[in-house]
Order: sequence, then structure tokens, then C-alpha cells
Amino acid sequence: MRGFVDLHLYLDLKDHDKSRLMIKKSAELGYKIVGVTLPQNFSRSSLEEISKICGEFDLDFVSRIDLEPANTNELLKSLRLLRRSVEILSVKCVSKSVARQAAKDRRVDILSFSPIDVKKRFFDSAEAELASKAGVSLELDLAPLLYLHRYRRIRLLSKMREETSIAKKSGVPIVLSSGANDVRLLRKPEDYASLGYLFGLNLDDAKRSMSEIPREIIERNRRKLDPNYVAPGVYIIRRGRDCPDV
Amino acid sequence: MRRRYIAVKIDSDKVDEREIFNAIWESILRLFGEYGASQTDLRLIEYNPQNRQAVLRCSHQALPLVKASIPCVTRVGNQPATIHTQLISGTLKSLRRKLADQQGK
Repeated sequence: MRGFVDLHLYLDLKDHDKSRLMIKKSAELGYKIVGVTLPQNFSRSSLEEISKICGEFDLDFVSRIDLEPANTNELLKSLRLLRRSVEILSVKCVSKSVARQAAKDRRVDILSFSPIDVKKRFFDSAEAELASKAGVSLELDLAPLLYLHRYRRIRLLSKMREETSIAKKSGVPIVLSSGANDVRLLRKPEDYASLGYLFGLNLDDAKRSMSEIPREIIERNRRKLDPNYVAPGVYIIRRGRDCPDV
Repeated sequence: MRRRYIAVKIDSDKVDEREIFNAIWESILRLFGEYGASQTDLRLIEYNPQNRQAVLRCSHQALPLVKASIPCVTRVGNQPATIHTQLISGTLKSLRRKLADQQGK
């Protein structure tokens, strides 16, 4: 059985009961790993608290920060500060220059765009080309498809279809997440995967986008955050007294 | 005509079977229009209010369309609700058997 991942849960960290309910529901629906969006100034205690709740329901917790920089300088500064403090760094691109910079920066894991304002979705073929070279993924949140109606949903679906097609052509990995901030917007992974039909993602690819692809990102970043990691392919395997005498 | 049977679970307070069917039907209409809805041949086969489980039948070809419409239901009747797909099968008999197996586990 696949271990499904929901990489994008919005929890109200002040509302302990609601957060607990959402994590519990995610576990009941069949997810194995959940990524929780943290504020940039998150405290160690809130991180431990969420981790503990996830542990109670046998869920693997992934820490995540969504950056929303106004310009490229702000983006670079945030990346320098936060890259080694969380497992997933996502950039919500609000301008084309930010989108381009985020797509070519290897420290960025995920690109995301506004579900409401489709004019601010800058994922075109040039963006995809950069993202593909830097190994950055495109995230599509699915909860907006549930709460948006009529013209807004039509526009969003049309844009998502276009982005999916571009991402497939350029080999950019697509991550499907819930983006849910309420328990009523949570669905089973299989149900969310079947929404892929609406924007041209077949069921197998949609399931991969909710399992293998996000897991690869998490594992890659956990390896990098390991104290024994030096550079790609270089790890410390022995230190101190473990080293043989030369 | 080949068909598919879909078992769904309704996550809401009291709802009746007519409201469930209407909610799914509305969702299909909103997403795929009357032309798409006409291809589904959707029927509600049974609803068990005790465990809030319903069985739907649709045409084999329209299965992806129905599956995509089910998670988009956010209200049943006047109440907020969610509908989760549990199982899909080619015959009603095998669907019931698989459901019984699942509940037995």
C-alpha cells in the first residue's frame, strides 16, 4: 500500500483542539505523512507540540514554511535564514521576478501560486525550464477546487490544466496537496487523486503526486538536514573515537 | 452496458437518501454540465442511515467523472457534509463482499 502524503495542512496553532481534530482526521483518512505550515517565527515548543499530536495518531510530521516574499532580495534573505530550520520550504510566488528566482534556486522545494488570483500564476514554460533544472516542484492545492464556485473554479481549473501540461512536458514534478485549513475540506487521498481528472492528470500520476514525489522531497531534505551531511554524495560516516588510527 | 458500483460514506449529521443523491447529482452538473451528467447513468442503489453508507451505480465509461464529482460535494441538504469514496467494484455482489471483508478487519 502506498503511504500517502498531505504536504500542505494549515493549522491554527493557537487553536489546539482544531489542530488536533485536523491531524486526527488526516490519519483516519489514510495519510501517513502530513506537512504542517509553520509561521516564520515559529517556536520550538509549538513544533514539538504538533509533532507530539502527530505521533499520537501514528503520523509522520513534516515541518514546512511558506514564504511569500515581495521581491527577490526578501526571498534570498529568507532562504538564507530559514533553509536549515525546516524540512520543506515553499515559495508562494506573488510576482514574476520572485517566481523566476524561486524556480532557479535549489534551496526552494516547492513553487506555489495563488488559487484565487489566477493572473498571479506565473508558471509558464520558461519558469518550468528553470524549475526542472533546479529540481523544484510545482504544488497544486486541491481544497480551492472544493470551496470555489462557478467562474473562479472554471478559471482555476483551466489554469491548472495548462500548468499540468507544461510541467509534464518539462519534467517538473507535481505535488498534489490539500491546502486545507478546515476539517471539512479534508478528503481521502484517493478522492483527491481522482480530482486530477479535472485538470488532465491521470489517476496513477495523481497518486504518485501524493505519495512518491513528496516522499522523495522529504527524504532528500532530511538527508541534507542530517548533521553527517557535508555535500551531495559526501557524508561523515565516522567521527572522533570511531576513526581508525592512521 | 458495463457498470460500476461505488460505495460511499457520508460524513454529516442526519441526511436522507434523496438529499445525498441530489448533492452528488448537483456536483456532477456543476462540473460537467448536462451533457456530462447524461453520460453517467447515475443511480442510488441503497442507503443505510445507520452507518451512513450509500451504494451508487454509474456507467463504466463515466466512472472518472463521477469519482471527481464526489469529493466536490460540500453540502448535503442544508448541512455541511463530505462524501468519501470507500470502494468501487464491477458487480454489486463483489462490492458487498469487499465491504463485508473491510468491515470484518
